Amino acid sequence: MAARKVQYQDRIQILQGTLDMLILQTLAWAPRHGYALSRAIRTNSGEILKVDTGSLYPALHRLERKGWIAAEWKASEQGPRLRVYRLTKAGRRQLLPQRSRWERLNRAIAGILNPARARSAS
Amino acid sequence: MSWRFRSRGRRNRELDEEIQAHLKLAERDGVESGRTPEDARSAARREFGNVNLVAEATRDSWGRRWLADLLQDLRIGARMLRRRPGFTVLAVLCLTLGIGATAAVFSWIEGVLFRPYPLVAHQERLVAISGTARGSTELSDISWLDFQDLARSSTLAGAFIAEKITGARLSIGDRSEVAVGSVVSANYFDALGLHMALGRGLEPAENVGRNAHPVAVISYQFWQERYHGDPAIIGKTQMLNGVRHTIIGVAPEGFYGTFVGYSWRFWVPVSMQETFDPAGYKLEDRGGGWIEGFVLLKPGVTREQAQQEVSAIAARLEREYPETNRGRGFKLFPLWETPFNNAGALAPTLGVALCVVVFVLLIACANVGNLLLVRSFARRHEMTVRLALGAGRVRLFKQVLTEGLILSALAAAGGVLLAYWSRNLLVRLLPPRGRPMFLAGQLDWRVLAATAGVCLAATLLFALVPALQSGKADLTAALRSESSGVVGGGRRPWLRSTLVVVQVGLSFLLLVGAGLVLQSLEHIRNSSPGFSVEHVVLTNVNLAVAGYDAQRARTFQDELMDRVRALPGVDSAAYARVVPFSFQNYSAAPIAVEGYEPRRDQQPAAEYDEVSPGYFATMGIPLVSGRDFTRSDDENAPPVAIVNEAMVEQYWRGADPVGQRLEVKGKWMQVVGVARQAKYRGFMETSQPFFYVPLRQNFSSIVALEVRTAAPLPAVSSALIHEIRALDPDLPAYEAIGMREQVERTTAAPHVAVTLLTIFSSFALLLAAVGLYSVMSYAVSQGTRELGLRMALGARAGDLLRLVVRQGLALTAGGVLLGAAAAFGLTRLLGYLLYQVSPRDPLAFGAAFAVMTVVALAASLLPAWRATRIDPVRALQS
Repeated sequence: MAARKVQYQDRIQILQGTLDMLILQTLAWAPRHGYALSRAIRTNSGEILKVDTGSLYPALHRLERKGWIAAEWKASEQGPRLRVYRLTKAGRRQLLPQRSRWERLNRAIAGILNPARARSAS
Repeated sequence: MSWRFRSRGRRNRELDEEIQAHLKLAERDGVESGRTPEDARSAARREFGNVNLVAEATRDSWGRRWLADLLQDLRIGARMLRRRPGFTVLAVLCLTLGIGATAAVFSWIEGVLFRPYPLVAHQERLVAISGTARGSTELSDISWLDFQDLARSSTLAGAFIAEKITGARLSIGDRSEVAVGSVVSANYFDALGLHMALGRGLEPAENVGRNAHPVAVISYQFWQERYHGDPAIIGKTQMLNGVRHTIIGVAPEGFYGTFVGYSWRFWVPVSMQETFDPAGYKLEDRGGGWIEGFVLLKPGVTREQAQQEVSAIAARLEREYPETNRGRGFKLFPLWETPFNNAGALAPTLGVALCVVVFVLLIACANVGNLLLVRSFARRHEMTVRLALGAGRVRLFKQVLTEGLILSALAAAGGVLLAYWSRNLLVRLLPPRGRPMFLAGQLDWRVLAATAGVCLAATLLFALVPALQSGKADLTAALRSESSGVVGGGRRPWLRSTLVVVQVGLSFLLLVGAGLVLQSLEHIRNSSPGFSVEHVVLTNVNLAVAGYDAQRARTFQDELMDRVRALPGVDSAAYARVVPFSFQNYSAAPIAVEGYEPRRDQQPAAEYDEVSPGYFATMGIPLVSGRDFTRSDDENAPPVAIVNEAMVEQYWRGADPVGQRLEVKGKWMQVVGVARQAKYRGFMETSQPFFYVPLRQNFSSIVALEVRTAAPLPAVSSALIHEIRALDPDLPAYEAIGMREQVERTTAAPHVAVTLLTIFSSFALLLAAVGLYSVMSYAVSQGTRELGLRMALGARAGDLLRLVVRQGLALTAGGVLLGAAAAFGLTRLLGYLLYQVSPRDPLAFGAAFAVMTVVALAASLLPAWRATRIDPVRALQS
């Protein structure tokens, strides 16, 4: 049990920046509650990215605390009320730098994995 | 930002709701994609993961989690402790003893050594100053002219505060009594940061002029007792030493003056020095020392820096005034080494007390650690369940620490109460002196902070062991059955055994210490100081404070002596300037002995006392040769002296010196007798050369009167006071005391040490016994199966008893070995207290061994007896 907890924490640390960006980007299209958000990330990534709830909820609450997203309780038809998150103005301002940083990182990693192509591309 | 304003409880509920909604939606998706509802629910849960862990991780992101955790830990901890009141009470009691003893000693050290003067500001910058003479270890008083030069020249000191302790004759109506006060420089109250309760303090102008400013500040206590808190006291007058003084101020309540161990009645300015000093006017005499002073250093200045500066000033004064200041210097002391009050005498004893209570605290910690350890095995199940439910290991670790913290916080509260109750204990441990005493512990924030630190350290010590143990808790191992093996063969028995061995060792060490000091005190009680301690009564006759000149004083002394000798029941009586074992200094002088050639670099010197005829008979000091002084050895007769045996040994190589000559201060004296060797200042001193001269030939108007009588002390005391009053009703009458009490005053430090060591080592013994008992009974309860098996195989009750007791004694033996090794190294620290006792005295070690063995036997017999009561059938079935 305890071993799993350690893993959760590791994954949060590794994926934190990426997960934050994915959440912000997904919410930029439309407000969503936690479950819908995890479905959306999974579906949009072609079922490749599966977000751990143990990372998702801490990330949502952390972003909310930073003021980049805001939450609101909404009643759902024939179901429990849902906590729906939407992107705030501050969050939208964060999205662009987050994306460009991600793209830089992506290029850098691609360059390491495949040096020749990266050099010819630049 | 709404999350900031929601309560934690509401946010917890909302988080639950959010997670439940997630599960419900996932379940519904599952049903829609064709699963059965049960299947969908468990799939949703599986996919989600551990709900508690997710919730916990999410709560982590809220921040301020430690507070919520702490509150939860505290709640759980309190519940646990309530559920086991027996354990809790025992643990708290153990810790209260340890922490309370430590806090009490802290408060004494604070109140006696570090901040001895209540209400005085900046005691951390206050140092004592005394004069020194080159080539001598004796300290001397400082003259007013030197003191003023110090104050003028120093750049590192904020203030030089002059003070001279004085006993003054205080006249009220037709009665006189003695009051203790001091002559102080005008900056006294300002520099000490005191605000008068009434009126004003002293003013600089009042330092100046011979007897020009008969004004006095009185203490609050004195104002209440003597003047019943008269609000119009300012401006009224009071006779002090026969001079009418105007009362200008009342010192604040709770200020007792600046002398460890006494409380002052009054303060008068420097200009009144002559009135209060029997040695006469000294304010314009650079050679006339009288000041025992204090220096208030400027902030940030160290004592070493200030010492360099005053030494430089001393060197300059030596160049400028060679005839008075040759070889003279100044020395600064931290307050706890102040040479002119009780601080210096008490400091080593308090140091020993501190070591001792730290040991007691360690024993208490070992005890509680053991109790917690035993309980942590019992709680393995609970811990495992909580781990399985998703509690982090760090959380569990914190939980155990929190429980420990609750225990030690409770104990610290009890300990501070204990320290508060015992803050006046030191005074009670000292022999009564019949004078106002103030020697209290101080429970200020520093002591409280130190106690809190001790409490935390203790918690870490005793809670860390089981906490580490619980961190190792292993899920699978916990599922296995827990019957543990041989007696003492349970899980990690070495840890518990080590704790017990350490406890026994520390207790043994303290027992040895107590035994040594006790024996030393016994030796002191039984040894003779070389004079009678029974049937000798003492009182003071101070004619200087009453303004007698030498001629009147001689007449008075003769008349009083005739009256006292005529009293019924009085065998003999005599005067001496200084009584043995008093805190007064004997006269001391360089001497020359006819026929004795000292080495070139050596200057023979000796101390001497001025005594009247009949002194040796009254004190019970035998004369081994020659004769006593007589009334005809007066100022007109040739000077004579009586020497002691050590002096005969040193200067006449054992030959009878009667008839030989001795030079003292340029005056040749004939030796007329030899007195048996005695002790002069205290029991601890080595035999030293000493001699006596007739009081008549070396006159002093301040003397002690010794009376040999079998009559009870109160009767003698009132008869003496009556005779003194009959001759001069205006003389201050001093209370008479017996010689035994006088002697016991000097054994105050060993007395305090004995009492403290006895109290603390019995604490230690008790705690070690509890520790041994709890470990043995736990071992028996864990070994029930094995013991039952042994019984079933034919072991008799006696065998089992032996088995268990042998186990207990083995632990004890280990502890005693450890303690003996430690004692061999450490008891030397008690050397200053030990009189005719070796620090490795076999009797003390043997007694400690015996006591420890008996206690260990008692502590393991009960669990052993319980082992014999085990029913083999039930033990094997369980």
